Amino acid sequence: MAGRTGQAGPLVRRQALGTRITHWLWAVSLFFLLLTGLQIFNAYPVLNIGTESGFDYDNAILEIGARRTEEGLRGVTRIGGWEIDTTGVLGVQGDAVQAFPAALTIPSNRSLATGRVIHFFFAWVLVATLAVWLVASALNGHLRQLWPTLADLRALPRDIADHARLRFHHGRGYGPLQKLAYAGVLFVAFPLIILTGLSMSPGVNAVAPWLLDLFGGRQTARTIHFLTMLAFVAFFAVHMAMILLAGPLNEMRSILTGWYRIDSEEKRHD
Amino acid sequence: MIDRRRLLLGTAAVSLSGCKVLDGANVQGSVLRDLMEAPGGLTYRLQRLIGGGHSLAPEYAEADIRQGQRPNGSVDPSGAEYRALAAGRFRDYRLTVTGLVARPQALSLAALRSMPSRTQITRHDCVEGWSCIAKWTGVPLSEVLASAGPLPAARFAVFHCYDAIERGLSGEVFYYESIDMVDAHHPQTILAWGLNGAPLPVANGAPLRLRVERQLGYKMAKYVHTIELTDRLSGYGLGRGSYWADRGYEWYAGI
Repeated sequence: MAGRTGQAGPLVRRQALGTRITHWLWAVSLFFLLLTGLQIFNAYPVLNIGTESGFDYDNAILEIGARRTEEGLRGVTRIGGWEIDTTGVLGVQGDAVQAFPAALTIPSNRSLATGRVIHFFFAWVLVATLAVWLVASALNGHLRQLWPTLADLRALPRDIADHARLRFHHGRGYGPLQKLAYAGVLFVAFPLIILTGLSMSPGVNAVAPWLLDLFGGRQTARTIHFLTMLAFVAFFAVHMAMILLAGPLNEMRSILTGWYRIDSEEKRHD
Repeated sequence: MIDRRRLLLGTAAVSLSGCKVLDGANVQGSVLRDLMEAPGGLTYRLQRLIGGGHSLAPEYAEADIRQGQRPNGSVDPSGAEYRALAAGRFRDYRLTVTGLVARPQALSLAALRSMPSRTQITRHDCVEGWSCIAKWTGVPLSEVLASAGPLPAARFAVFHCYDAIERGLSGEVFYYESIDMVDAHHPQTILAWGLNGAPLPVANGAPLRLRVERQLGYKMAKYVHTIELTDRLSGYGLGRGSYWADRGYEWYAGI
């Protein structure tokens, strides 16, 4: 099988039950949060920098809109100073005039109200799952398993080179790149997307105004929330690619049942 | 094991069918909608627990006002009564305070302007996602309520407005909003008659609009003509406490 470096070794118990359940709760939550988030974005398809949104002045770094031209309605995406014609994908899709297409929004019709209700439901699920995961991982040693160490950093160049050659190691623990990716999601991206989300709540602003100072204003927080979403999408793409390249059956078995087949002793590098 | 596998298959099916998967949640009163709305009550209770009556919305400096206040929703009510009042520059306008109060009131604009006032530079957050900073001047709602003497049974303040966004089968559907007594007595909750140092323009809700600074823009009813104190919201509109709540938005918009 592609990516298998060593001969098949023994099956080991790699993911605890708590790790597996929280993984799937996040997968479901993030799916709905992403697509309801795009629905919410469509209500104001602009990203601003600062406290407020410039209407009489320009503080936008991204704007997805539509423009009437001689060839009809065109979708226009403006990023900083660039303008890109995105007709068919962003801004205009056939007769529909909206930033993200209906195929990428939940619900599929235009409904900011329903999008918000579902978004906040799964925001609660995400945060509750994170709390459960933190407690479970502290107790079952998973936290220590994920935390990148000095040895990981030393082994990083080699790990990058191996990944570039699509040579994947299957050990009891996680590799350096794996640790960095997972720790990045859990300890950077999760807090970032939760806190920037909270920064958009006027009720939370009154209780914790320091959040606005931390992120540079409500509209900047909204922009960071969106960019962190893009980081999650990028992580998901790489995550899927790695599973397919490293042996999808073994990887799926481990996240479903906890059992993972590692490389045989002599071929292992961990 | 089987359940987890089914969950996985479910996720894959969800990805294939894409966006339509939770379209059932559009239907108010459906089981799915009720489930999705359930944590909304948790958000409200948690924010009340932590923020209570005292936490203040951030206020900004004069230098932060870089543009006019963006009008949204109704910008020019067309009702005959409102047109007549506007033509008379609101000299004949009266704010009615009624319901569960000891002394119902009918206050002219001049009377409201002569009451103690508060000026605050705050950020208006529209549910659509944008924000706009402006300076609002008005009488604290708590002052108006004190003159009317709320009865102990009062739990909500309902605001009735002159503007109608849509025309229903039984005539025009007038805008209305409601807030709890915690927000009604909050120091930054004012009935604004001034915007950025000038009289409140028609586009922004003249002669009087509500400011509830710890919630989203749609809570801040424009063109208010009556404030009614009540112990329940079921008797108004479709029973969810506000024009937009009746249309699926959160009644508590601190989020």
